[in-house]
Amino acid sequence: MAIYSQILANGLMLGALYACLAVGFSLVWGVLNVINMLHGSFIILGGYLTYFAWHAWGIHPIVMLPVVGALLFALGFALQKLVINRVVSAPVLTTLTLTFGLDMILYNVMTYWFTATPRRVTLDLGAVSLGPVTLPVDRLFGTALALALTLLLYAVMRGSNIGRAIVAVRMDRSAAELMGIRTERIYAITFGIGALMAGVAGVVFASIFPITTNVTGTYLGKAFVVCVVGGLGSVPGALVGGLVLGLVESLAGHWFGPQQAITAGFALMLIILLTRPTGLVGVRGYE
Amino acid sequence: MKSGPLAYLLLAAGILVLATTPLYADNYVVRTAAIVAMYGALATSWNFIGGFTGYPSFSTAAFFGLGCYVGAICQRAGVPMIAAWLIATLMVGVFAALLGAIILRLRGHYFAIGSIAVVEVCRLVVSSWSSLTGGGDGLNLPLLHWPPEELMRFFLFVMLGILVLSLIATFLVDRARLGFGLRCIHQNEDAAAMVGIDTTRYKVAAYTLSAIFCAAAGAAYASWTGYIDPTESFQILMTVKVPVMAMLGGAGTLAGPFLGAAAFVLLEEVFWANFLDWNRAILGVVIVLLVFFLPGGLLSLHLRRRAKSGGAA
Repeated sequence: MAIYSQILANGLMLGALYACLAVGFSLVWGVLNVINMLHGSFIILGGYLTYFAWHAWGIHPIVMLPVVGALLFALGFALQKLVINRVVSAPVLTTLTLTFGLDMILYNVMTYWFTATPRRVTLDLGAVSLGPVTLPVDRLFGTALALALTLLLYAVMRGSNIGRAIVAVRMDRSAAELMGIRTERIYAITFGIGALMAGVAGVVFASIFPITTNVTGTYLGKAFVVCVVGGLGSVPGALVGGLVLGLVESLAGHWFGPQQAITAGFALMLIILLTRPTGLVGVRGYE
Repeated sequence: MKSGPLAYLLLAAGILVLATTPLYADNYVVRTAAIVAMYGALATSWNFIGGFTGYPSFSTAAFFGLGCYVGAICQRAGVPMIAAWLIATLMVGVFAALLGAIILRLRGHYFAIGSIAVVEVCRLVVSSWSSLTGGGDGLNLPLLHWPPEELMRFFLFVMLGILVLSLIATFLVDRARLGFGLRCIHQNEDAAAMVGIDTTRYKVAAYTLSAIFCAAAGAAYASWTGYIDPTESFQILMTVKVPVMAMLGGAGTLAGPFLGAAAFVLLEEVFWANFLDWNRAILGVVIVLLVFFLPGGLLSLHLRRRAKSGGAA
């Protein structure tokens, strides 16, 4: 049983990271109806900013967290305001192609400036043992941070005026406009928050895993799966989706080998897509 | 959408230029011509599901990659080359019909995500099934011991053949009940079902049509390069590039996808040659500009001008 408690612990830790990684993507998809192909690159951008601040100036990732968040929010807000808002109500083919084109630009800029060498921030915090389970401290810390950030977003969405306005736009754009909400601005803010969450996920990831521009597609794929499995556009949906994906990947990796973990994730997504398109905790009519 | 005489003229001229390249140009140009023909065939097949039916399908790379692998595995088992291509086309066609019956129940964003996931799942399955596919090491195909010029010319005509077949299929579908039904589904699927169109069967037919030419092109491509691997065969980049090509030319038209593919491949060659570090970003800029300034594709430029002069008169 010891091995299974370890797998469970690994799966839950991974799941919290996935939730944090995907929640911004989910929000953008749910509110703007845009599949944001830039999400993976935003994560890596956040990771690189963290790495270079740590490497060049010795700034601790925790200190970089708000800085990266603010920078990515500004980038996302500007992109949506200036570019994506112009076609935001076009069919998915148009918006997906547009964000893919933007992603190609961002990806190229990052590979040119930073090169594709894998890098990570090594904090060397050791590991703790809880009975049969061994947990690396940096990963434990990252998990806690990821969970805290995701819950913070939940609190903001529930408690603040901006959050309530975003939910209102999501429910009914025209009604929200009649209530005096400036939807274009809410779209820009939502995309900014999506980028912000990707950026802070990047800070956490850079402190745990090596990051390189080559994995932008992998992270984007995780965001797809988490979103579809959990349900679109809500923080609890991303949390459930992330945890389920983390557990499924850990178990599949244990039973069928690490290579099959990713396949299992995608298979899970296709099954959920076909049997329960609203996701595990999604609300019908919001798909 | 109707294609005017200009579109047909451009199409015929384009194919003629490609077919005559071996007469006056060097091997590099012939190779580029073959690539143009291949992407033209891929974009023309995507047009069945993406252009006519309006489903945002991103599974081109899955069909292409499976075509590569089925063809390669058959050839390694001793099946003659052309027969291997036919088997690949047939098998991937059946696969697409079965898959389509499942995932075409999804709409909009969910269909888009599902079709991308199909590419990823295919890639992962192929790279982990090492006993059959060689896994990440890839597969070598029997080499063709022909002089390079002859080899290039042969594959140019093979790709052109697939392109022409896909164009003929488009032409026939466009004029048949199927094409009409698909356009109805594009405009309003529920209304189409209401007036008695068997939407599922029509969509599956379009999806299968969009797969078979990709599979044929993939199998031929595998024989051409003599080596395939999972990352090269199932590219997410290709799966987005092909719809972009079709949109660049004009989705839903006969000539548009081919003309878009030609324009895109030529741009790409120029950028590769001159801006090696920045070619991806430049293509990104092209895509962004396309979405903003040319949503109807290159062919719509002509139509727009005609509409304008018509309005003045």
